[in-house]
Amino acid sequence: MERKKITIDGNEAAAYVAYQNSEVVAIYPITPSSGMGEMSDEWAARGKKNIWGTIPHVSELQSEGGASGSVHGSLQSGALTTTFTASQGLLLMIPNMYKIAGELTSTVFHVSARSIAASALSIFGDHSDVMAARQTGWAMLSSGSIQEVMDMAAIAHKSTLESRIPFVHFFDGFRSSHEINKIEQLTPEDIKSLIEDKYVREHRQRALTPDNPFIRGTAQNPDVYFQGREAVNKYYDACPDIVQNAMNQFADLTGRQYHLFDYFGAPDAKRVIIIMGSGGEAALEAVKYMTGKMEEKIGIIKVRLYRPFGVEQFINALPDTVEKISVLDRTKEPGSIGEPLYQDVITALTENLASDNPKFSGMPIVTGGRYGLSSKEFTPAMVKGVFDEMKKDNPKNHFTIGINDDVTLTSLDYDPHFVTEGDDVVRAMFYGLGADGTVGANKNSIKIIGEETENFAQGYFVYDSKKSGSTTVSHLRFGKKEIHSTYLIQSANFIGCHQFTLLENFDVLEKIVEGGTFLLNSPYPQDQVWDKLPKKFQREIIEKKLNFYVIDAYSVAKKTGMGARINTIMQTCFFAISGVLPKDEAIQQIKNAIKKTYGSKGEMVVKKNFEAVDGTLDNLHKIDIPSEVTSQITLPPTVAEDAPDYVKETLAMMMKGKGDDIPVSQMPVDGTFPSATTQWEKRNIALEVPEWDPEVCIQCGKCAMVCPHASIRIKAYDKELTKSAPETFKSTDAKGKEYDGLSYTIQVAVEDCTGCALCVEVCPAKNKRETGKKAINMVPQIPIRKQEKVNYDYFLDIPEFDRSKLNVASIKGSQLLQPLFEYSGACSGCGETPYVKLVSQLFGDRAIIANATGCSSIYGGNLPTTPWAVNHEGRGPAWSNSLFEDNAEFGFGMRLSIDKQKEFAEELLKDMEGEVGSDLVNEILNAEQKTEADIYEQRERVAQLKDKLKGLSSDNAQNLLMIADYLVKKSVWIMGGDGWAYDIGYGGLDHVIAQGKNVNILVLDTEVYSNTGGQMSKATGLGAVAKFAAAGRPNPKKDLGMMAMNYGNVYVAQIAMGANDMQTLRAILEAEAYDGPSIIIAYSHCIAHGYDLSKGMVHQKLAVDSAHWPLYRYNPDNIKEGKNPLKLDSKAPKIKLDEYIYTETRYKMLQKIDPERSKYLLGLAQAEVDKKWSHYEQLAAMDYSGAKTEE
Amino acid sequence: MDLTTKYMGLKLKNPIVPSASPLSQTVDGVKALEDAGASAVVVYSLFEEQITHESGELDHYLSYGTESFAEATSYYPGQEDYNMGPYEYLDHIANLKHATDIPIIGSLNGVSSGGWVKYAKNIEQAGADGLELNVYYIPTNNNLTGSEIENMYIDTLTAVKEQINIPVAIKLSPFFTSMSNMAKKLDNAGADALVMFNRFYQPDFDLEKLEVVPNLVLSTNWEMRLPLRWIAILYGHLKASMAATSGIHKYEDVLKVMMAGGDVAMICSELLMNGVGRIEQILKGLEQWMEENEYDSIEMMQGSMSQKAVQEPAAFERANYMKALQSYRTNLI
Repeated sequence: MERKKITIDGNEAAAYVAYQNSEVVAIYPITPSSGMGEMSDEWAARGKKNIWGTIPHVSELQSEGGASGSVHGSLQSGALTTTFTASQGLLLMIPNMYKIAGELTSTVFHVSARSIAASALSIFGDHSDVMAARQTGWAMLSSGSIQEVMDMAAIAHKSTLESRIPFVHFFDGFRSSHEINKIEQLTPEDIKSLIEDKYVREHRQRALTPDNPFIRGTAQNPDVYFQGREAVNKYYDACPDIVQNAMNQFADLTGRQYHLFDYFGAPDAKRVIIIMGSGGEAALEAVKYMTGKMEEKIGIIKVRLYRPFGVEQFINALPDTVEKISVLDRTKEPGSIGEPLYQDVITALTENLASDNPKFSGMPIVTGGRYGLSSKEFTPAMVKGVFDEMKKDNPKNHFTIGINDDVTLTSLDYDPHFVTEGDDVVRAMFYGLGADGTVGANKNSIKIIGEETENFAQGYFVYDSKKSGSTTVSHLRFGKKEIHSTYLIQSANFIGCHQFTLLENFDVLEKIVEGGTFLLNSPYPQDQVWDKLPKKFQREIIEKKLNFYVIDAYSVAKKTGMGARINTIMQTCFFAISGVLPKDEAIQQIKNAIKKTYGSKGEMVVKKNFEAVDGTLDNLHKIDIPSEVTSQITLPPTVAEDAPDYVKETLAMMMKGKGDDIPVSQMPVDGTFPSATTQWEKRNIALEVPEWDPEVCIQCGKCAMVCPHASIRIKAYDKELTKSAPETFKSTDAKGKEYDGLSYTIQVAVEDCTGCALCVEVCPAKNKRETGKKAINMVPQIPIRKQEKVNYDYFLDIPEFDRSKLNVASIKGSQLLQPLFEYSGACSGCGETPYVKLVSQLFGDRAIIANATGCSSIYGGNLPTTPWAVNHEGRGPAWSNSLFEDNAEFGFGMRLSIDKQKEFAEELLKDMEGEVGSDLVNEILNAEQKTEADIYEQRERVAQLKDKLKGLSSDNAQNLLMIADYLVKKSVWIMGGDGWAYDIGYGGLDHVIAQGKNVNILVLDTEVYSNTGGQMSKATGLGAVAKFAAAGRPNPKKDLGMMAMNYGNVYVAQIAMGANDMQTLRAILEAEAYDGPSIIIAYSHCIAHGYDLSKGMVHQKLAVDSAHWPLYRYNPDNIKEGKNPLKLDSKAPKIKLDEYIYTETRYKMLQKIDPERSKYLLGLAQAEVDKKWSHYEQLAAMDYSGAKTEE
Repeated sequence: MDLTTKYMGLKLKNPIVPSASPLSQTVDGVKALEDAGASAVVVYSLFEEQITHESGELDHYLSYGTESFAEATSYYPGQEDYNMGPYEYLDHIANLKHATDIPIIGSLNGVSSGGWVKYAKNIEQAGADGLELNVYYIPTNNNLTGSEIENMYIDTLTAVKEQINIPVAIKLSPFFTSMSNMAKKLDNAGADALVMFNRFYQPDFDLEKLEVVPNLVLSTNWEMRLPLRWIAILYGHLKASMAATSGIHKYEDVLKVMMAGGDVAMICSELLMNGVGRIEQILKGLEQWMEENEYDSIEMMQGSMSQKAVQEPAAFERANYMKALQSYRTNLI
C-alpha cells in the first residue's frame, strides 16, 4: 500500500497518532512538548475527528500536575485519554503516574524528553526527565527518528490497551521534537487497524460508573498494601511480549519491523554500544561507516522498550561474539554507581550469567558513559571515540563524551574530523536573523523538496537565546536516501548568510567544503562587495575555491513590498544556485508553496511574494573571485578589552558560538555567575536608534522610564563635567529648582538599543518647527555608532545623582536613579521590562528577587550574559529562579530567611551593646528606614558597626559581622508572568499573600504564556485567540486583584504604565512601603498581542479606557484611617471594548476566522467589563469611616 | 400622487435613497431604512485598500517574531482559513437582497485597476441591483496632470462596465476643471448615473497635540447648492441619471433636486443626526407640498428649474456668484 509521504517534526508525528487514539486530551504548555498540545487544540477547533469518528475534547489545565490529575480522572471515568509533556512537567505528573500505573490504567503520555533544571534550567533534550519517572511503573518506549516517533506512538497506544500498563512514549526534545524529516504517514485506517475495540471496551468496563458502582483508591494498612503492590507483577511480565507482538503486527502493516532491542552491525561484533533515543541514529551512521569502509567488528543495540526491561530479549539481541559493551546514557545521576541504562545492562548480564543457561561464558567488559546532555551534539565522531576507547584493555568507565572534562578527567578523546556524511547528500546551512524569515523559508524549502520530489529531506534549526535580534542557523539535508543524521551539519556544500553583519560575529564559512557555494545577502553592489568582506572571509573564499553569489535582498524586498522579510527572496536564490531542483521547476514549486502558505491570508500577500520571486533572479550575481586577499578589514573582538577575565575567557566563547569548547573547569560548580554581564555583549541590532534633541526636551523622564532595555539613561550633574566631554556629547541646563545649576543629559546606548521606538511614541514634547519630530527621534544607527559609543562611555563615568537627595516619587526623579536591570535579551519593545527596570531603579540596591520561570527568567537569566546589574558601590539585585510553580513560595522563603537573620543580628547586637556602644545599637535598632535618606544613614551605621566588629574576635562578633548587612532593610520581590501567577503558581501565591509577610509580588501580565509561544492562561481575555484557545477564549479573565483584595490585609494594585505612569510609580512605591504582602498586576503589552510594539503604550491606554484594565490601588493602611482602601485610578469607560480589542491581532483574527463567534464573544466580554466596572465603582464608594482604629 | 422615479435604469417608488453610510452595515439597519420608506439603499463602501491592508497586516502580525526563539517559534494557533477579502461585504449584500424588497446598490472604492473590476464582479454576483463606484481620490502627486486623472475615472468606469451587467453609477469629485466636459465623458463611457458629489472629509489640526486629526463633519444644508447647480446645468445633456448627495436634510431639498433635474436625492447626515424616521417625515412633507402645489408626480417637476428650463439660465453661471457677492457686501454695509 502506497502511503503519503510528509515532512513534519516529531511533535506533529506524535500528536497525529495520539489525537486519533484519544477522546480526551489534557494539556499544559512546556517546551519542547507544547507543539503537541497546540496541534491537538487546533485540530479539535477545526473539527478533526479521531479514529472512532468523534472530536476529542482538548482542555488546558493550570499545571502539569493538574493535567495529569485530569488525565487520571478521565481515565478512571472510561475515556481514552492522553497528554504531552517534558522535563519539570513530567516530574509534576509523577504522583499521578504512580496512581495510574497502580490502577493498571491504559494511557500514553508522549514526552519530548528534556533536561531537568539543576544548577541551571535548560529547555533542551536529554533523558533526565524520563529517567526520573522510570520507577513509576510505566512502560517506557523510546523513539530515535521522526518516523519512529509516529510508529512507536501507534505501537504504544496499541500496547497500553492490551497490556493495561500505562506508557511513556518518549523522544529527544528538540533533536526529535523539532527536527523536520520526510516520513511515511500512517493512515487513520492503519491506526484503527492496530487497535482492537474489545480492549477499548474492556478499558471502559473498568471505569467508575454509578450504574455499576465500586470503589478504587482505598487506603490500606500494613497487612495488605505490600501484597497489593505485588498483585500487578503478571501484567509487567506479559508486557514485553505484548509490545513485541504489537511491533510484529505493525511490521505486517507497514513493513517496518522493530524489536524491543534492535541490533545493528557486524554479526560477529566484539564491541557493542547500547543506546536509546536519537543518539542511536548517529551511532548507527557511525557503525555503518565503520563496519563498511573500516571493516570494524562493532555494533549497536537501540533500546526501544526500556521499561519493563525485557532481560531475555536484551540478552538475545547481543551477538554471541561480544566482548565489550559500552552503555551510553543521556542523563546524569550524581552519586550513583552509574547511570540508569548502564545499571540495567549490568544487572541483565549478571542475571543471565547467574542463570541456568547463560549466554556468555564470562561477563563482558561493560563501561558506562554520559553523552548529549541538554542537546549537546552527539556525532559519529564521538561514537567512534567510544568504540576506540573500547579497544583498550582497560577502557575508561563512567566516562563522558562530547565535552572536555579537565577536572575529574571523565571525558574521552575523539577525532572531530571523523565525518561520515556522504556526497550523496546536499548539506546546506543558513545563517539568518529571526526577524528575516530565514527559518520559515527553510521549512518551506524542506516541504517543497520532501513532498514535491522523490528526495528525502531533513531540517533542524538552532536559535540563540535572545528574544530580540536573535540569530538562527538552519541545517538542511536533502538526498535520495533516508536521512538519519541526528546532528548538526559538519561539512556543508552550501552556506547562505542572510545578513552581512553576521560575518562579524560568526565563523560562517567554518564548515564549508572545498568548491562549495556561498550565498551572501549584501547591502553593497556586486562590484563593491568583495572589498567589503573581512580579510578572513576573502581568504577562505579563495583557498576553498568557493562559488560566491550575492544578492541585495533588502532592496528586492523593499521594491516588492516585503518589508524586512527576505525569506522568499533568499529561498529563491537557494533554489536557483543549489541545483537541488531544475530552476524552472523550483520557481514553480516555490510559487505553489507561497499559494499554499499565504493563500488564506489574502491575494495581496500571495502577489507580493510572487513579485519577490520574480524580482530575485535579476538581482542575483556570481562574483568573480580575485586571486589574492585585498581586504584590510579584520574582525572586532567579541568583547571589549577591558572586560573582566571571566567574560573574556568564558562568556565571550558562548557569545561567538564556541561554548561547546568550554571545559568543565571554566564552569561554576553550583550555577553561580557574576551579575551585570550584558554590558559586555554589544549586539548592535537596531537599524535605527533614538537621538535626543535637548532644545525640544522638557526633561520629563518618560523616554527613560519606558525604555525596555535601559538604553536611555539620564543624569543631572556638575556643569564642570561638560568641559571634558567628547565633542558630540550633548547636554543642557537641568530644569527644576532641585537641579538648579546642574547640567542634564539624556544619553542613548546605541549599541544596546533594540530600536523599538517606544521612547519616541511616549515623548510628549514636539518640535515646534517640525511637528513630526519630538525631543527624541529615530535616526540610522550606523552613522552615529562610533561617536555615541564614546559619548556613552563618557556618560557612564559621570557620577550618579545622590539617591538620598532625589524625589523618587516623581517620574523625573525616579529616572535619575541608575537602572540595575539593563540590556536584557527581551523582545524589542517588551512591555514587561519597563516595570522590572523601574523596580531595579527604586530598590535594586537592596532587593532580592525570586523570579518565576518564563519570559522574565529567560531575559533575566539566560546565558551567555545576564542583565541584573551592580551599582558603583557594588550593590545590586540578587536574583534567582527556582521553578515555574513555586515562585511565590521561593520568595517567601527568602523573606523568612532575611527576617530570621535580621532578628538574629538584632539579638546579637543587643547582646553586644557593651562592646558596640549603646548609642549605635539603639540608633540601628530604632532606625525607621522609610526613605532613601534613612537607608543611607542606616548603611552608614552598619558600616560603623562592621568596623567595630572587625576588631573583635568573639564568636558573637564574627557571627554578627557575617549578618550585619541584614540590619539594612531588604526588599523582597517575587516576579513572574500570568502563567505563573494566575495558573501554575496561584496556589502558592494565594498562600503567601495570606501569611502577612512583607513580600512584593509583581505580576507581569501579558495575558498569555508568552515565553512558550502564546498559550492561553486564565489571564487571557474573553474572545482572544491564543494557542490552546484556537477558537477564541470563551471564559472571562480571572480577576486576580479582586481575589487578593478579599484578604483585606494585602496591598493590591493594578497598573498600566502606558495609561498612567505616575500611578505605576506610586503603586510600586506604596507596595514596597507597605509592611505586609503586596501584589502589583502590571499590564504588559506583548509580541503575542499582534500589533506594532512601538504603540504598546497606546494599547495599554486603550485597555484602560475601555475598562478592560481598570487602574486601582487597594491600600489596607487606609482602613485604619477610616478611608476606603480601594482607590480607582482610572475613569469610567471612555470607549467600548471593541474599539480596544479589535486593534489587536489576537482578537481581530477571530473576526476573520469565525465572525459570528467573534461577535458573540464580544457581547459577553463587553457585559463582563461593564459588570466588573460597576462592581469596582461600588466597592470604591463604600464608607469605611466606621473602620477607623485609634492609634 | 406618483412619487416614482427612475434611477440608473431602476424604477424606484420615490426619489429618496440613503447614501453609503454606517446605517447600512447591518441587515436590521437596512430593513429600518426600507420600513421608513427608502426606495433603494446604497450600501456602505467596500474599500479595496482596506482589504489589502488587513491582509498584509494579518500576515505581518501572525508571522512577526516567529522562528526567532526556540521556545516560541510562533505566537498564534495555526489556522487553515481566514475570511479575508470581500467575503463579509459580499455576504452582507446577499443577506440584504434576501431580507429586503428594495433595490440594493453596492458601493466600491478600489485602488488598483484589477481590484475595481474584480470586486465589481463580486458585488454583481452577490446580487446587487446596481453598483456605485466611489472614486475617493486626492491627487497629491504633482507629476499627475488633470487629464491623467480624468482618464483614470474614465478608464475605471469603462473597465467595470465591460465586465458587469448591472447598472453602474459613478460618484464624482466636485474638483474637475471642466465639470460639464467630465460629465459628458463619463456619460459617453457608459455611466448609468452620476452621483454628485463626493464629500472629501477634510482633516483638522489639534492645536493641543500638534497633530493632524481626521474630522468627520456631517453635511449642512447649504452644501446641497453645489450639486443643485451642477444637476441643473447638466440636466438634458446626459443619458445618465443624476443623484444629488450632500446637504439634503428636508423635503424642500428633495423638491429642489428634482426640479433641478435630479433623479434621486441621497440622504445621509440627516438620518445619522435625527434617525431613519426622517425619511417618512420627508416623504410626507413632499407629498403634502406636491398636493398643496398641485403636482401629480415627481416626473412633472423633474428638470423644471434646470438651466434649460429657467427664465434666466445665466443665474447658474458666473453672474450668480457676482450677484451673491454684491448682496453679501450690501448686507455688511
